[in-house]
Amino acid sequence: MEVIQSGIGELIRPPDLNAFREWNRHKSKTLVDKRMSEAEAVSRFVHDGDYLGTELYGTVRCPMSLVNEVVRQGKKDLLIAGQGVLELDMLLAASLVKKLDITYIGLEVYGVSNCLRREVESGRIETCVEWSNAAFAGRFKAAAMGVPFIPLRSMLGTDTLKYSSAKVVKDPFTGDPICLIPALILDVGLIHVHRADKYGNCQVDGISGFAAEMARASKTLIVSTEEIIDEEDIRNNPDRTIIPYYLVDAVMEAPFASHPGEMCYVHRRDEDQIREWVKAAETPETTRAYLDKYIYGVRDHREYLELIGKEHLESLRYPRRKP
Amino acid sequence: MTTDYNPSELLICTAARLMPDNTTAFIGTGIPMLAASLAQKMHAPNLVTVFEFGGTGAIIDELPTAVGGQNTFHRAVAASGICDIMETAHRGFIAYGFLGGAQIDPYGNLNSTVIGDHRHPKVRLPGSGGSNDVGSHCWQTIAIMRHDKRRFMEKIDFITTPGYLSGPGSREAAGLGPGSGPYRVVTNLAVMGYHPQSKRMLLLATQPGVSVAQVLENTGFELLLAEQIEENPPPSQEELRILREEVDRDKLYI
Repeated sequence: MEVIQSGIGELIRPPDLNAFREWNRHKSKTLVDKRMSEAEAVSRFVHDGDYLGTELYGTVRCPMSLVNEVVRQGKKDLLIAGQGVLELDMLLAASLVKKLDITYIGLEVYGVSNCLRREVESGRIETCVEWSNAAFAGRFKAAAMGVPFIPLRSMLGTDTLKYSSAKVVKDPFTGDPICLIPALILDVGLIHVHRADKYGNCQVDGISGFAAEMARASKTLIVSTEEIIDEEDIRNNPDRTIIPYYLVDAVMEAPFASHPGEMCYVHRRDEDQIREWVKAAETPETTRAYLDKYIYGVRDHREYLELIGKEHLESLRYPRRKP
Repeated sequence: MTTDYNPSELLICTAARLMPDNTTAFIGTGIPMLAASLAQKMHAPNLVTVFEFGGTGAIIDELPTAVGGQNTFHRAVAASGICDIMETAHRGFIAYGFLGGAQIDPYGNLNSTVIGDHRHPKVRLPGSGGSNDVGSHCWQTIAIMRHDKRRFMEKIDFITTPGYLSGPGSREAAGLGPGSGPYRVVTNLAVMGYHPQSKRMLLLATQPGVSVAQVLENTGFELLLAEQIEENPPPSQEELRILREEVDRDKLYI
């Protein structure tokens, strides 16, 4: 295939499909109880310099309790799949990020992320490699397919492509230009789901974002869940399982783990808490104070929930669960 | 009920009028959500809203505050995932796409990545997100912007999202689907389209009480003028009532 254009962005983690196959071959297929605390999961499976991804994102079904634990343990020099809002803000606030593949890091209706600005504009983040959302999800999809790249018609003609590590080639079938995006295999994926059994079979309600793709693109997967259910409940409704247990390395019951974001059909987002973060993130001092109070100042997710307050959390719950 | 309105309300009403019934529209955070909701309640009950993380065909009763929030698939016809939505856009199913950005150029290219140099940016912005995909795959895109010289520039710092790139034929040459591209730009001062041949931005209508001279003064490049420049009607009493009492009853945005 004739390469017409090569993005000048760094290919932070070149995909090694054969090593990934070998890794998956040796991943345990035994049904074992994988329940453990956030602290144990993060200390066992997340290492300095790892390539990390999170799903869904910031204010929606986001694995905040796991991200908070990564911050608490100070895992540093992280390479990050940059699709995020509050969760990546926490990692950026704690200066734990070394390199970014970025599609979107911002605060949605509240505008730009000051933490991203400080880390990038100061040069503390070594490199930002640009992607579109379709390309970003497509990179996980390629890894999930077990292939080195997939073709896409996004990013063509733009600086987003120029500053990515994608390539434009001449399609060998039609001769037209087409963008190839490289597979992205994560060291560790962090996902929050509605329900899982103790082995890690996971079900999600509502939109599924890129959970299925990212789970399959992760060498190690840590899952937090609103509730742990019986294996029987999984086996009676296997059509609802989007992540089978053999992809999962650790699972923990963590209600309100996506707080202050929302969890569809379970609880709405905590607007006051999100605003408190938006305000705190304005300066390094107030950012640090927020981390001190809500992350470093509590031992774990349960203490975090106590700090937020049970009554307040219950007020965020939707009155009726989805049948 | 007053017929006074603020700039956000004007943008929302102008954008809502551009959303026809029985069509598909890719909706992003903020004004497009309000406009889609208003359009559904006014003239387009079967406007099929499409949200990037998986919501298709939501009835927007309560405003979403995030593109993946529960309200993006409230009473929807499908709740899938980002790959399904992006593939649907790839296949040519999405008629309209709504975009925003920090900067726009005469060909409708948009910047939401950096102000200044990419390696050492003056301001690091959020990045493309779904913007580049919307600009690449939707048949017609509508940009909603605040109108001033710092945003409407001959040359923008970074092309995050493709408009007509460098002019006629350049989208096709880059490999994008023929017949797609920028359609309208809606601002607090005007509504613009694109010249059918040169693909440069063209002033079609001014917002109520705004002069053509004012629009030109606030545009940092040579804006083409349509043969006849209309004046947009102001938001109607009915539009404002629905917007305030139904669409944004919790005053999240307006």
